[in-house]
Amino acid sequence: MIAGLYIDGTSPLHRAGAGIKILAMIALGTGVFLIPDWPVVTVILATVLAFYPLCGFGPSVIWAQVKPIFWLLSIFFAVQLWLNDWQAGLLVVTRIAAIVLFASLVTLTTKTSAMLASLERAMGPLRPLGVNPEKVSLAISMVLRFIPVIATVASEIRDAQRARGLDKSILAMVVPLIIRTLKMADDVADAIEARSFDPDETAS
Amino acid sequence: MNTKDIVYIALFAALTAVLGLFPPLTLPVTGVPVTAQSLGPMLAGAILGARRGGLSIVLFLVLVAVGLPLLSGGRGGFGVMIGVTGGFIFGWAISAFVIGLLIEHFWNDLTVIKATLAIGFGGIVVLYALGNAWVAVAADISYWQATVGAAPFLIGDAIKVAIAVAACLAVRRSYPLISKAR
Amino acid sequence: MIRFENVSVQFDQRRVLDDISLTLTEKRIAVVGANGSGKSTFVRLLNGLQTATSGTVTVDDFNPAKDGRKLRRHVGFVFQNPDNQIVYPVVEEDLAFGLKALKLPKDEVHRRIDEILARYDLTDFKTHPSHLLSGGQKQLLAISGVLVMNPRYVIFDEPTTLLDLRNRNRVERAIAKLDQTVITVSHDLDLIADYDRVLVFDQGKIALDDTPANALSKYREMMA
Repeated sequence: MIAGLYIDGTSPLHRAGAGIKILAMIALGTGVFLIPDWPVVTVILATVLAFYPLCGFGPSVIWAQVKPIFWLLSIFFAVQLWLNDWQAGLLVVTRIAAIVLFASLVTLTTKTSAMLASLERAMGPLRPLGVNPEKVSLAISMVLRFIPVIATVASEIRDAQRARGLDKSILAMVVPLIIRTLKMADDVADAIEARSFDPDETAS
Repeated sequence: MNTKDIVYIALFAALTAVLGLFPPLTLPVTGVPVTAQSLGPMLAGAILGARRGGLSIVLFLVLVAVGLPLLSGGRGGFGVMIGVTGGFIFGWAISAFVIGLLIEHFWNDLTVIKATLAIGFGGIVVLYALGNAWVAVAADISYWQATVGAAPFLIGDAIKVAIAVAACLAVRRSYPLISKAR
Repeated sequence: MIRFENVSVQFDQRRVLDDISLTLTEKRIAVVGANGSGKSTFVRLLNGLQTATSGTVTVDDFNPAKDGRKLRRHVGFVFQNPDNQIVYPVVEEDLAFGLKALKLPKDEVHRRIDEILARYDLTDFKTHPSHLLSGGQKQLLAISGVLVMNPRYVIFDEPTTLLDLRNRNRVERAIAKLDQTVITVSHDLDLIADYDRVLVFDQGKIALDDTPANALSKYREMMA
C-alpha cells in the first residue's frame, strides 16, 4: 500500500485524536484571519513552530513544509511591501505559514488509518443525506488498490507508444489509458458483484 | 448509484493519482511547471459526467487530505490543501462537476467547439475563479492582482484543455458513458 | 443441479445464446468455444451477472434472474485477470471483503481467512500489499477470495490464460483438489482433459456435448 506522510512518534500530538486535531486546524485557520494583527499572528506562528521539536521533528521537517510555498510567500511579501508596508507583508506571510505549518503538523502526526477511521465516524450522521459509509470505504480501498495497477498499465502503454515512436504525444498515452481503465471498470464491477457485494443492501 | 458507478468513481480517482506520477514539463521562457495531474478532473468530468466525475475528484481529494502523497511531486496532506494554492485543488472537484454538466448538456451533438467550450469553461474559467479568489484572500491582494499572477499558468492549462477535448471525443466514440437523461 | 430451459440471450440485434436446454449434474464441467461463441454469457447466467432474454435458468432451487444476490454466495466466480478481481489493497482485507456480505462473527472471519491462506501457501503474505504478489499468487488470492465464502459451485472463466506454465500448473492442481462442482471456461484444452463433461459452443448453440475424449478431438477438427 502507498505509504502516508505520517512520521512515527509518541508526542501528545501523536496521541491526540484525529478529529480534535482537525477541529483545531480549522479553528486556527479561521482565527488567523479574524485577527489581522501581525504581532499576534507571529506569536501563533512561533507557537506552531514550537510544536515541531515537541513532536520530535527537526528543522529539516519544518523546511520540507515551507519549501514548496517559500517562493510564493516571498512574492506575496514583496507585493505587500510595494502596495502597503512591511507590516502588511509580515501579516500575510506569517498567517499563511502558521496555517500551512499547523495543517502539516496534523498530517505528520496522524496515521492515514486513524484519519480514515474518523472520516468513517463523521460520515455516520450523513447517512440520511444519501452518504453510504460502506460504499465510500469500498471506493477508498479501490483507489488504493488500483493506483499501482493503473500505473503499470500506463508504463506498458508508454513502452508500446515508444516502440511506435509516439513517446512525445500525451494524447497517444492518455486515450488508451482511459479506454483500458474503463474496460477494467467493467470487469471489476462484475467481480465485485460476483463476490456478493450488494450496493443496495445498506440503502443509499 | 450502482456498483459500476462506484468503480468508475474509484478508478478515475486512481487515474488522477497516476497522472501525478508523470514528470512535469517546464514551459520555455516562463519556467512554469505543467503537470499532467490537472488533466484528471477534466477527464473525469468529460468522460464520467457531472455526478460521477465530481465525486471521483472529491474521493481523490479525501485521500490527499488523509495524508497520502498523491498530488504531483509526492505532495499531500492538509498543509498543501489549505495552503496558498488550495483554491485550485478544491476547485478541481467543482471544475470536474461543471465540465460534466456541460458535456452532458451538449452530449447528443457534441462537437470539437462545444467540447472545448465545456472543458475550457469548467477547467479554466471556473477553476481560476476559485483558485484566484483563494490566493487573493490568502495574500491580501485584489482579485485582479491574483488573476494577473496566475496568467502564466494559462498556457499549460490551454494545452491540457486541448488534450482533454481530443480524449473526450475519442472516448465518446468508442466507449460512451454519458447518456443525456434530461 | 443446474437446469437450462429454452434459454436465449439477445444483445441488441445479436442472438448470443440461442435456445439452450440442458441439465448439468457432473462435478467437472468444461465449456469451450471460439471467442464470441456465447460461452462466457452461458456461465454468467449461472450467477445472475447476465439475465436471460427468454427461458429459465435454475441452479439448485434458485433462479439467478430473481435471486441473483443470494445465489452468488453459492456460485463463486473466478475471472481471467486477478488484477481486476482483487479490490482491496491488502491481502487479508481482500479476503474479508466477500465475507462481509455473509455477516459472520469476527473470529469465524479470521478462522476462514487463516485457513484459506494456509491452503494456498499465502500465510506469509497475509498483511502484504496485494499488488506486490506474483501473477500466480494473485490468481490464487482471487481463487481464495471466492472459496473463503464456501460456495457450492465455482466457475472459472479462463483462469490460466494470463499465467506462465508453472503458475498454470499450480492453478490446475488447486482446481483439481476442490470438493465443489467446477465449471471451467477455457481455451487451455489440457486443463479440462480429465473433466466429466465438455460443452462446445458455436455461434450461440451447443455444437458438442460429450466426454473430453470425444468432444475435444472433434473440437480441434472444427477449429482447424
